[in-house]
Amino acid sequence: MNDLTQGLAEAVYRVVTLDPELVEITLRSLQVTVTAVVIAAAIALPLGAWLAVTRFWARRYVIAVLNALMGLPPVVVGLIVYIMLSRSGPFGVLGLLFTPTAMIIAQVIIVTPLIASVAHQALRDLWSEYHDLLISLNTTKRQRIATLLWDGRRALLTACLAGFGRAIGEVGAIMIVGGNIDNATRVLTTAIALETGKGNFSLALGLGFVLIMLAIILNLVIHSLSRTERSNLW
Amino acid sequence: MVASIFPLQMKEASVKRRGVRLIGPIDLDLGAEGLTIILGPNGSGKTSLLRLMHGLERPATGSVSWATTQSEVRMHQAYVFQTPTMMRRSVTDCIAYALTVMGVPRAEARLAAVDYAKRVSLGHLLDHPAGVLSGGEKQKLALARALIRQPQILFLDEPCANLDGRATKDIEAILNDVRAQGTRIVMATHDLGQARRLADDLLFMLNGHVHEHGKADAFFANPDTPEAKAFLDGQIVE
Amino acid sequence: MKNLILSMAFTLNFPLVAQAETLRMAVTTSFENSGLADILLPAINDELDIQVQLLVVGTGQALTLGAAGDVDAVLVHSRTAEDAFVAAGHATHRREIMYNDFVLIGPTADPAQIAGAETAAEALRKIDETDVIFVSRGDDSGTHKMELSLWQSAGIAPDDLGVPYRSVGSGMGAALNTASGLNAYILSDRPTWLTFGNKGDLSLLFSGDQVLFNPYSLLPVNPERHPHVNADAVTKLEDWLAGPRGKEVIESYTFDGQPLFVHSAVAD
Repeated sequence: MNDLTQGLAEAVYRVVTLDPELVEITLRSLQVTVTAVVIAAAIALPLGAWLAVTRFWARRYVIAVLNALMGLPPVVVGLIVYIMLSRSGPFGVLGLLFTPTAMIIAQVIIVTPLIASVAHQALRDLWSEYHDLLISLNTTKRQRIATLLWDGRRALLTACLAGFGRAIGEVGAIMIVGGNIDNATRVLTTAIALETGKGNFSLALGLGFVLIMLAIILNLVIHSLSRTERSNLW
Repeated sequence: MVASIFPLQMKEASVKRRGVRLIGPIDLDLGAEGLTIILGPNGSGKTSLLRLMHGLERPATGSVSWATTQSEVRMHQAYVFQTPTMMRRSVTDCIAYALTVMGVPRAEARLAAVDYAKRVSLGHLLDHPAGVLSGGEKQKLALARALIRQPQILFLDEPCANLDGRATKDIEAILNDVRAQGTRIVMATHDLGQARRLADDLLFMLNGHVHEHGKADAFFANPDTPEAKAFLDGQIVE
Repeated sequence: MKNLILSMAFTLNFPLVAQAETLRMAVTTSFENSGLADILLPAINDELDIQVQLLVVGTGQALTLGAAGDVDAVLVHSRTAEDAFVAAGHATHRREIMYNDFVLIGPTADPAQIAGAETAAEALRKIDETDVIFVSRGDDSGTHKMELSLWQSAGIAPDDLGVPYRSVGSGMGAALNTASGLNAYILSDRPTWLTFGNKGDLSLLFSGDQVLFNPYSLLPVNPERHPHVNADAVTKLEDWLAGPRGKEVIESYTFDGQPLFVHSAVAD
């Protein structure tokens, strides 16, 4: 209990004094995760929509695989990305290992199936509503996808936020591919892991509180910017 | 001048679902004039016939052909569903959507949408989300959305089934205007009174078959089939 | 929606890493825990204009990274593993830089009475004879390997200790936390112990045996195998660490008046 209150005090102190180290790793956390979510969404949202409106023989299997990929252990993803980006590996020449770019790549892989699955589920329901109408209006497939993505944007935002939540708290993969290098690839979660490993529990908890507050604030900001709770129907 | 899509020619067309015959075989020709009512009790196949004409169902046997190709013909048709789909948008944007998907620029489409919304007396609800409209208002929106494309043929599936007298009157008034402007109308209903009020000619359906097809006056005065007679008498016909 | 996208674009425009000459080095957790890096790295940055990026991992992972060529150099404290590493051609040589020692920590009351022991092996035998708990790193680290060799020299197989032997599989700090919570005996490196913040009822009970000597060596990754490594920077670093400035900075790091590391490199 003592650690908890000490941790809270640590967090408050560092935030209020704008501790430069805290600011640096917090910004880096946001940078890596937001970039990863944006890229993942760019892939996953159209994919989810396309799967919702397209009938083809392998559709059920693709959806099943997508759902299964949501359960990919992040640390395994990290190991695979490490092997790919290692100097001894196929993409070693790119020199991406132990950079924030490698961390973004790992997080994109982890988060894309999640966003795609959630998006697909929501858009499938929307499609069943819109189906007859959009066919009757002679829309092309591209138009259908665009319409679903736009009309379903609230649910898609939720999907993206789910992806963000997963990524911002992720530590296994980015530890391996990022290396938790001070001033280069250290982020909130890896710093927490480091301090925990050193036995500095109250500092680790403090960073943890900052991470939680960050996630909450970001969610609030996004919801208010997109005015989600104000319209009375959707 | 845009090419006419008429006549519609249906030869021995039937619709099946999961191997079960829903309607048909049906032989039918439709010309470019007037308002046709598809009359019949619930479950007689009126919706399936409408969907077949519009291309929402494919014929399992036989053929359905218009004067132009299938993809071209859809551009000149419009369909009002029994429970119209309200998109997650404002009333204006819902109606404008029918035009924007045809490539009309958004600003222009919105202007036209406002105009058509007013024609169906929805002018006071332009920025409301379509989902909060009442049943009658939704039907009017669907009608505006259908009419804004200036179709050559308008299909309606029981548009007044869930509406009160006032709303029904409004819709019928609009339909009469539309007919007067030369748009072909094909409408399904099980409401005898409505059929009498609106029909130029009439198809009577029962159990997936077209039992009678002819001028409305002749049908109401003297139906050919005993089932039709029973239906007009107000009996339950199976 | 447009507001959303603009705000995201804003947060993404922060610069990522400063641009000096960079050198990546894999080091062990006990090196990081000692805190020496906090004075060493800035000095190296100032005097050599090299930014050293540290990857703090277990000994095993550090050597794997070196073998794969993902780092430019490795700094570990596990003699046998280092020799094997050089023999396999992953590093050009090993250069001993500094040492500290291991110490045995235990409850202040010292139920096993190891404080009076003559050798480390004798101390461990006493622990075996008493019914006390012993916490082990259990993570194949340099410290863990030292601990296992001590049991071996005492003629005891840790498996024979049975229940009182707790293998935690974690870094030094977390293991010390466990020992503190269980009021147990544990082997630690001196710097981590001295700077550890949660000592509880534990004290330093035994030290001084020559076998507890803990040398740290620098292993430059072989540039013939991995041509992309920054071999020049590693050479500069090695010379500096082994030379008089390195000695000065390393031995200036004290705790309670005692230097935590002793510089042992022989200058070329």
